[in-house]
Amino acid sequence: MNNDFSILVNLYGLFVILVFICGLYCIMLTKNLIRILIGIEILAKAVTLMVIVAGYVSNHMAVAQTFVITVIIIEVVLVPVVAGLILGIFQKTDTLDVQKIRNLQG
Amino acid sequence: MTLHIIVLTAFLAFALWAVLARTLIQSTIGLALASASVSIIMFQFDAPWAAVFELSVCTALISVVFVSTISLTNPPPKNEISMLYWDRFKRFAYLPIFLLLGGFLFLTNKIPIDFLAPHIEPEKDFRLVLWNLRHMDLFGQIILLFVGVFGVVVFFKERPKNE
Repeated sequence: MNNDFSILVNLYGLFVILVFICGLYCIMLTKNLIRILIGIEILAKAVTLMVIVAGYVSNHMAVAQTFVITVIIIEVVLVPVVAGLILGIFQKTDTLDVQKIRNLQG
Repeated sequence: MTLHIIVLTAFLAFALWAVLARTLIQSTIGLALASASVSIIMFQFDAPWAAVFELSVCTALISVVFVSTISLTNPPPKNEISMLYWDRFKRFAYLPIFLLLGGFLFLTNKIPIDFLAPHIEPEKDFRLVLWNLRHMDLFGQIILLFVGVFGVVVFFKERPKNE
């Protein structure tokens, strides 16, 4: 790897880790169910970007694109299903605050 | 290199906005813009198929799903919004520390990133890889889509009024 290439990869690695920390922090500290789903989406974006950079660096761009499209399909399925779950919870409990939802406490 | 830095900074800024925004609609817009930034990066890295999927599906479709979900729920009263915002802002006060820690660990090589390629002849065409090497992925994707459709049908099914 030449120097410019190495700097580019390290730059992307740094930003991916920063965005990943943002998403993880959002999931851990947010009380709103929709914001938690947004946090999961941000995590998925960071992972997608990392896969693309890895494919570019290792010269396997076609395989990386295949994996990214699979991840996007998973996102497409995940978001409406979880949104449906959130709406179901909202209809039953009239709140999106996870701390106020006590039905699954056991 | 400058363009890479600009797009990456925009990606991080939009992701932060999505996390910290006052209302859910603003968060959704932030997420859509972050997704658009990712698709620009994909175009830069010569991944046009993935970029088009990201732009059309993640930026557009998922944002529509989020906006629909938000519109089907009641927003909190206006006097509570500002209180909730500051409450959330206080909880996110430690985020810069974690970001600095993550950046420091990465820059001091505590988080190693090694992309050494395995000894495989790289396929150049995305379509050939998908059809010849990863065809089971396609079956998985179709099954996932059906699962999603059935999930949505079940969750959005109209319930009888006496329940």
